[in-house]
Amino acid sequence: MSANGILSVNIYLMQFLYYPMKFKGHHIISMTSFSRDMIDTILETAERMEPIALGKQRSDMLIGKVLAVLFFEPSTRTRMSFETAMYRLGGNVLNLGSIDASSIAKGETLADTIRVVDGYADAIVLRHPKEGAARLASEFSAVPVLNAGDGAGHHPTQTLLDLYTIKRESHLEGLKIALAGDLKYGRTVHSLCYALSLYGAEITLISPMELRMPEEIISDLEKRGAKVTEADSIESAINDVDVLYMTRIQKERFLDPAEYEKVANRLKITPELLADAKPELKILHPLPRVNEIHPGVDGTPHACYFRQAFYGVPVRMALLALVLGAIDS
Amino acid sequence: MNEAQELRVKRIENGTVIDHITAGQALNVLKILGIPDSSQGIVSVLLNSPGKFGIKDVVKIENRELNVREVDRIALIAPNATINIIRNFNVSQKKKVHIPTFVEGVVRCVNNNCISNSNEPVTSKFDVTVDGNLRLRCAYCGRSIVEDIAKHLL
Repeated sequence: MSANGILSVNIYLMQFLYYPMKFKGHHIISMTSFSRDMIDTILETAERMEPIALGKQRSDMLIGKVLAVLFFEPSTRTRMSFETAMYRLGGNVLNLGSIDASSIAKGETLADTIRVVDGYADAIVLRHPKEGAARLASEFSAVPVLNAGDGAGHHPTQTLLDLYTIKRESHLEGLKIALAGDLKYGRTVHSLCYALSLYGAEITLISPMELRMPEEIISDLEKRGAKVTEADSIESAINDVDVLYMTRIQKERFLDPAEYEKVANRLKITPELLADAKPELKILHPLPRVNEIHPGVDGTPHACYFRQAFYGVPVRMALLALVLGAIDS
Repeated sequence: MNEAQELRVKRIENGTVIDHITAGQALNVLKILGIPDSSQGIVSVLLNSPGKFGIKDVVKIENRELNVREVDRIALIAPNATINIIRNFNVSQKKKVHIPTFVEGVVRCVNNNCISNSNEPVTSKFDVTVDGNLRLRCAYCGRSIVEDIAKHLL
């Protein structure tokens, strides 16, 4: 069984022909399926959701609707913000709970779990350790599936909230952005860069040699209209950009712990480093951070990462309202 | 085909001849077609046969006419192959294979952590593009296979 339109790469064009800007019933699997118009619709809807997300307004937009939350991997921000988003719109949440206590522990396939759960809920949020899990779930679900991370694959709602943060705190048009950290394995930065290329951003990539963004992705970004340059230190780029997007460097990527320390220290942001930055520079981070942002930065006007975590709520509210048809797109 | 070769593999009365297969790929072609499981008739395989454009492989399947959908999958490993439908010892149809834009259940994803490699009730699915190289992109995880596609046949 499948909902009436799967957002996937191979039907990319068809969906615009037959479902122009209609989100109702769609799965949210990967950013590669989104046009700029679709992203703009989501971000504009999220902006309208913000007073509700802040608790300043009440809404019963999703009253009577149930969201199933299937997290096969741990999560704090994504799971909680989806749950909050649903509650803020008057809906209810059905949580899978502990995997050990479910049928999955008995060896049930994801396909079967989805076929059962889609009878209990109006939409499913899924996080799963295997790449492609959300796409598979979308093939078996009669209700929209929202991908909340599939292994090292996609995490589209994170990208959308990153874009929303940039829009709210800075600007998407004519943006100069630097991305720093692990640009090789970080799924977040890859899909964010793809999305930013739709807005013609000037992108500076800052990473150690061993964690450079794959050449194939850089070439794709340039073809899509982004201007990409590479740098090996934050100092050389920070004074010229509107947004600095920091990511965590994972220790396990390095064979030599001393090498990790060296790299991690070089890609660390401190209050001193911000002395000559533009006053309007905004610093983003998908969190959790380890030590790549000094706590002394938290109190500066540059720090955006905690608001960024909050923005996950209005963005996910917008997505839920759109795919459940509470808002006509 | 010259007389000496004809002694090795005789003409077939009815069925399909797949000619101009990239040398060394005939057995993989059979694998893609699911032969012998899917065919009861006699199947002849000629490896490293000299042809006008160098050595090639040839496969002859008796009493079975392959359809376009199944033969086009061969193009993934033998892009120059031709398909000859034989009726009453004559070639009644001849066509070149075309690289399909999508294949299902032919190759295994190279990503061990891809959901298509688990015990889920799905077959592998790939979008196929030709951009200098032949590229198979997994519809589930997005990982590409660019080289040595035969190595990943299911």
